[in-house]
Amino acid sequence: MYVAVKGGERAIDNAHRLLADARRGNRDVPELTLDQISEQLALGVDRVMSEGSLYDRELAALAIKQARGDLIEAIFLVRAFRATLPRFGSSEPVDTGAMAVRRRISSTFKDIPGGQILGPTFDYTHRLLDPQLAESGDPAEPATAEASDAPTPRVTDILRQDGLIEESPVAEDDSAVGDLTREPLNFPAGRDLRLQNLARADEGFLLALGYSTQRGYGRNHPFAGEIRFGDVEVFFEAEDAGFAVPLGSVALTECQMVNQFKGSATEAPRFTRGYGLAFGQSERKAMSMALVDRALRAQELGEDVKAPAQDEEFVLSHSDNVQATGFVEHLKLPHYVDFQSELGLLRKLRAEFNQDQPELREAAE
Amino acid sequence: MAMHAETQNSPEQAATARRRAAMAVLAASETAAIGARLDTLAPPAFTLLREPEQGLVMLRGRIGGDGSAFNVGEATVSRAAVRLASGEVGFGYTLGRDRTKAKLIALCDALLQSADYSAAVETEVIAPLQTEVEAARAEKAARTAATKVDFYTLVRGEG
Amino acid sequence: MTTTELAAGFADKVLGAQSTFRAVMEAMARPGRIQRITFEAGTPAPLMHASAALALTLFDHDTPIWLDAAIAADGTAARWLKFHTGAPLTDDPSTAAFALIGDGSALLPLERFALGTPEYPDRSTTLIIQVQALGSGASYRLHGPGIDGEALLQASLQPADLFDRLSFNAALFPRGLDVVLVSGDQVVAIPRTTRLSQGS
Repeated sequence: MYVAVKGGERAIDNAHRLLADARRGNRDVPELTLDQISEQLALGVDRVMSEGSLYDRELAALAIKQARGDLIEAIFLVRAFRATLPRFGSSEPVDTGAMAVRRRISSTFKDIPGGQILGPTFDYTHRLLDPQLAESGDPAEPATAEASDAPTPRVTDILRQDGLIEESPVAEDDSAVGDLTREPLNFPAGRDLRLQNLARADEGFLLALGYSTQRGYGRNHPFAGEIRFGDVEVFFEAEDAGFAVPLGSVALTECQMVNQFKGSATEAPRFTRGYGLAFGQSERKAMSMALVDRALRAQELGEDVKAPAQDEEFVLSHSDNVQATGFVEHLKLPHYVDFQSELGLLRKLRAEFNQDQPELREAAE
Repeated sequence: MAMHAETQNSPEQAATARRRAAMAVLAASETAAIGARLDTLAPPAFTLLREPEQGLVMLRGRIGGDGSAFNVGEATVSRAAVRLASGEVGFGYTLGRDRTKAKLIALCDALLQSADYSAAVETEVIAPLQTEVEAARAEKAARTAATKVDFYTLVRGEG
Repeated sequence: MTTTELAAGFADKVLGAQSTFRAVMEAMARPGRIQRITFEAGTPAPLMHASAALALTLFDHDTPIWLDAAIAADGTAARWLKFHTGAPLTDDPSTAAFALIGDGSALLPLERFALGTPEYPDRSTTLIIQVQALGSGASYRLHGPGIDGEALLQASLQPADLFDRLSFNAALFPRGLDVVLVSGDQVVAIPRTTRLSQGS
């Protein structure tokens, strides 16, 4: 229970002034610009866009600046902002197969049509701190090579052609897509709602759950069939224009996990799959999401549901870091009356205890 | 440019395809660049049929990349609609919160449908912007291509 | 697309929506009392000014709307609503968040609209009914939350037994239908908690 307490206004105002000063830091140091954050802390911006569930680099950069680099606070700010804008509608589902690929790797096939493209990656770096970065100075211009127009089909499409992997579920029409920002989540949730929940879920939470499946808590033998990052065109069926208008392109990371195969008396064995999709270059997030998506399909695929990552209600109810931080952090709000009643009860119980057992009390003393 | 496969057998469909292609170029361009090129045309007066406004579009993906749809998250979008004195109505949509850009796209779309301005918009605005957009994409693609892995097998020693 | 003839929306989107929201909120808080919505807005026939303003304020992409035959008529109002509000039109009144009624004499049985669920009583249809006159005509005595004792509403409206029909709200509560009566720029709200006084 919370009680309205007056009298803190001045302290609050001054605390916010102090916060603004602390945010700015030493005023002799140049102030950060949003462009600097967007360009040089790009992966933090990507994470805020993904988990804030709002694709807008500039707003995510502003949120990071305002939150002093606290990404969960920044995500909270972005979520609050999106509630102020009207929704025009939903895009046509994006075609990740037509992605202008900036990175694309497969751990299942060495030679894939379109090739393995490393792109801007931390992989194969030595994870040694680079003192040169502490100084300013521009890096070398990137190397270039002749780009090919060859298509880069999804690895899962290749496996599908031979019937080696299960088909994705296909709905009759896309009008009934679940939206957890409009309807409260109920269980069991459809895979559409699960994926929406995971797409905005906390990266750390998904990472830990994904890791747990690899360590045996809901094992499902994953291979990273393909990870791709790049730009995808978005189209929106504009009622006023009367056709699907292009909105521009968004950067997305997609992960296709290829998982343990399954067959039955009537069906030939084939690989199963887990899927991850996130805004920006968010590889760890997309991979973790794909692992957890697959784990959450345990029941559908006739597997025992024993591990946390397979427990839909547990995963989906605790994945959202804005909800989680709200509930954890609310503990710092005044609970004076609650606590007084607990204190009163405790004193009463202690008094009764002492009355009933005076000898124990003496012994204790 | 990822355009949807459409049979363009009627003039109307061809006109729509042309407008969509122009919109894609404009959405990928900078506001200042669009404005500067439009200014050289001395565009006619127009009224705002829809005040430029900001909103959201829910971005959808497909389960497994190719299955049924799901909601990934929203994106900010700006839109506008304009009407030329001669009656043509243009629509502007773009990712982001730049209302001026939405208005300029709508104006270009209206001009593209106007007999008097269509050719000029195509050659003075869309074509040069398309060249810039394609150059930027080509540079990105070339840098990406340099990170493509060329596997080779080491010759194994005999014996 | 015949947007060339389309009427405008609010002269000022933000102020129009704010002042109209304020008016309808006041109307809901004080059932039976007439509020005026005067902010300038395009008004395509057969919509009345206040109906158009309410639509621009309350309808959006997430609120399916149902139009009766009188409003649907030649499609002018439907096209205007679509363009300015983005709200999807529905043929099934039980899925509508709002219903625009131009001809009350042909009002569907009220059970045909969404009445909400016990868990989500707000998921009901709000009826916006255009009437001949507010402030003159037959007298109705109302009571319930938001009314100090009794409110007297004069209205010339169809169907004549509207308030009798709405009495089903009493048994449905917390489910039920909320109604907004419109005449020109006047609005009166009859929320689901309002009852006809005995002996009127």
